[in-house]
Amino acid sequence: MENTLNYINASIQAFLPIQVVGDKQALAVKYLKEHGFDFGKDEVWRFVDFSSYLTDNLDLPNEKEKHEYDFVCNIPRLDTTRLTLFNGYVADSEKMIVTPQGVIMGSIKEALKQYPQLVSKYFATCSKKENSFLAANTTLFSDGFFIYVPDNVVIEKPIQILDVIKSQIPLFLQTRNLIYVGKNSRITLIHCDDSCNQNRSFSNNVTEIYIDQDAHVEHYKMQNMNNNSGLMNHNYIVMQQGASLLSNSISLNGGNIRNHNEVRMLGEHCDAQVHGLYLMDKEQKMDNYVYVEHAFPNCTSNELFKGILDDSAHATFNGHVLVCEHATKTDASQSNKNILLTDKATVDSKPFLEIYNDDVKCSHGSTIGQLDETALFYIRSRGIGERTAKTLLMYAFCDEVIQKIAITALAERLSDMVKKRLHGELTVCDECALHCSVPDCKFEIDITKL
Amino acid sequence: MSLLSIRNLHASIGDKEILKGVNLEINKGEVHSIMGPNGNGKSTLAAVVAGNSKFTVTQGEIIFKGKNLLEMPIDVRAAEGIFLGFQYPVEIPGVSITNFMRTAVNEQRKYRGLDPLSASEFLKLMEEKKKVVEMTAKLANRSVNEGFSGGEKKKNEIFQMAMLDPVMSFLDETDSGLDIDALRIVANGVNKLRSNDNAIVVITHYQRLLDYIVPDFVHVLYEGRIVKSGTKELALELESKGYEWIREELENNQK
Repeated sequence: MENTLNYINASIQAFLPIQVVGDKQALAVKYLKEHGFDFGKDEVWRFVDFSSYLTDNLDLPNEKEKHEYDFVCNIPRLDTTRLTLFNGYVADSEKMIVTPQGVIMGSIKEALKQYPQLVSKYFATCSKKENSFLAANTTLFSDGFFIYVPDNVVIEKPIQILDVIKSQIPLFLQTRNLIYVGKNSRITLIHCDDSCNQNRSFSNNVTEIYIDQDAHVEHYKMQNMNNNSGLMNHNYIVMQQGASLLSNSISLNGGNIRNHNEVRMLGEHCDAQVHGLYLMDKEQKMDNYVYVEHAFPNCTSNELFKGILDDSAHATFNGHVLVCEHATKTDASQSNKNILLTDKATVDSKPFLEIYNDDVKCSHGSTIGQLDETALFYIRSRGIGERTAKTLLMYAFCDEVIQKIAITALAERLSDMVKKRLHGELTVCDECALHCSVPDCKFEIDITKL
Repeated sequence: MSLLSIRNLHASIGDKEILKGVNLEINKGEVHSIMGPNGNGKSTLAAVVAGNSKFTVTQGEIIFKGKNLLEMPIDVRAAEGIFLGFQYPVEIPGVSITNFMRTAVNEQRKYRGLDPLSASEFLKLMEEKKKVVEMTAKLANRSVNEGFSGGEKKKNEIFQMAMLDPVMSFLDETDSGLDIDALRIVANGVNKLRSNDNAIVVITHYQRLLDYIVPDFVHVLYEGRIVKSGTKELALELESKGYEWIREELENNQK
């Protein structure tokens, strides 16, 4: 296959619009033609570099190969409704789940046929402004999930979206999820990006979440991709009056990950908690962009991003809180903390507040440091070897973010995975049927069994 | 042969020499108290024995159970039986006392060629040792020292000492920041752990602690040296007279 960029350029010339969203796709195409993938000096995209994937020869997934994929992912004591995307496609896509309460879940491509008005009402509405990766996805996405939750519905059981890549050939993937949560409703999403072998891939995935008045959404992202993968992950979230969001992205592994988060609070009394944890080593790249817009009074937002970087890993935290002129009594905080384990690991941290109102409470901060020598001495003075002592300290550093996960069973599972990751093992769930990764090295003391 | 033998120990931090030739012999079954004004090297001595790399040993030696202690890494010293009760115990958010101690106990057991304790054996040991310092179950499940009061932190140090069962303990100002009740609990804990098979060095400013933990020997560490040693009566004398007379005595001797 030809290189990714050529494919995108050729495809947008000849793309077949999906009727109900065709006008939005046409705008996206227009934008792409005008802008391309050169971001120039735009601060928002300053550290984003997927050029090696864009110029690479990647194949598109074959829709005909879609099949029911038995990806076993058991989180002990946590029952979820599982929705699986396998190589960009929903298996059995004709089947939409419709519950007696009116909840709709299933393939977005199918939803565009069965519920065209519902999908088109929210499709491509959540981002503040267009960007080229988003435009490419809007025009050329393969499939994804549409979840519609009517007003006054509380879904207790978490919904788990598994976005799994397993291919013998390098793939270029674009999935698209659209989630609408009605007034006073409540859902929990566990969203996993996994690659199941070491083959190269580039994913440009978009998730839009529209949270209507007084609704509550918990959105947990779990990223566990291989070292050859690129992941451009967009989350566009719109919140209406009284809505609340708890978002937590745990990036355990990946070649090059950009989490592009936009949260816009378009009503009073919204609360957005946006957190993240990243553990990177080797040549891995991690880029967290968080844009939070306070457009109305009396909203709160809180960001905590923490990361540990080993070897030559590079991380970016690019946080932008915009407090608009009328957003009085805004309470916003941004915090980014990093530990560098080597001289070669690097971090670019840029917490940034843009405030146009005097009556607000805003704070931001950023730290970059090493493991605390005094704490290391304390732990080792109890007879714990240097390596285990360091692992304990790193784990302790991560714990603050893990504690912000409201589902205990998920927090425990993630805490196990973080420990394993810190032990130098490429993380896989024990119960996962794939057992695709081989631990890099064995440790003598397994603190996960404590 | 002494359990711990410190000979002509010199140690510096950066260019500043803090220990300027410390000599001290400690035998099993003994409790020693080291007193002295602030900034004269008491804590440094304990830290150097435990292996804190902030300090550089420039001269002298420390022989522990016939082995060269200064050649051992921090954790090996602990596994050999050295314990330091910290003046300022470090907070480790995210690591529970239970997990911390289980890791420590089992790593030390491994060093000694013993099998790790099973979960039930370990919990039994915890239950037993918690009683030494009247520690509540709630505290044991909290993160190490995080948000602990001064008293809880010091209790936790003695609890760890009980769990690890060291041969040679240095307790660095274990009485600082304690109210009377906590002082009594902590001191009683230390007394329960005292035996003919181990030795304890209590570093303190106050005679008060020594009413509870009665030492066999009292030493004054002054300007980086042990300048005076005696029995528990020396502590009483220091309490009533202060350290000034020590300085005068030293100056007179030099003349």
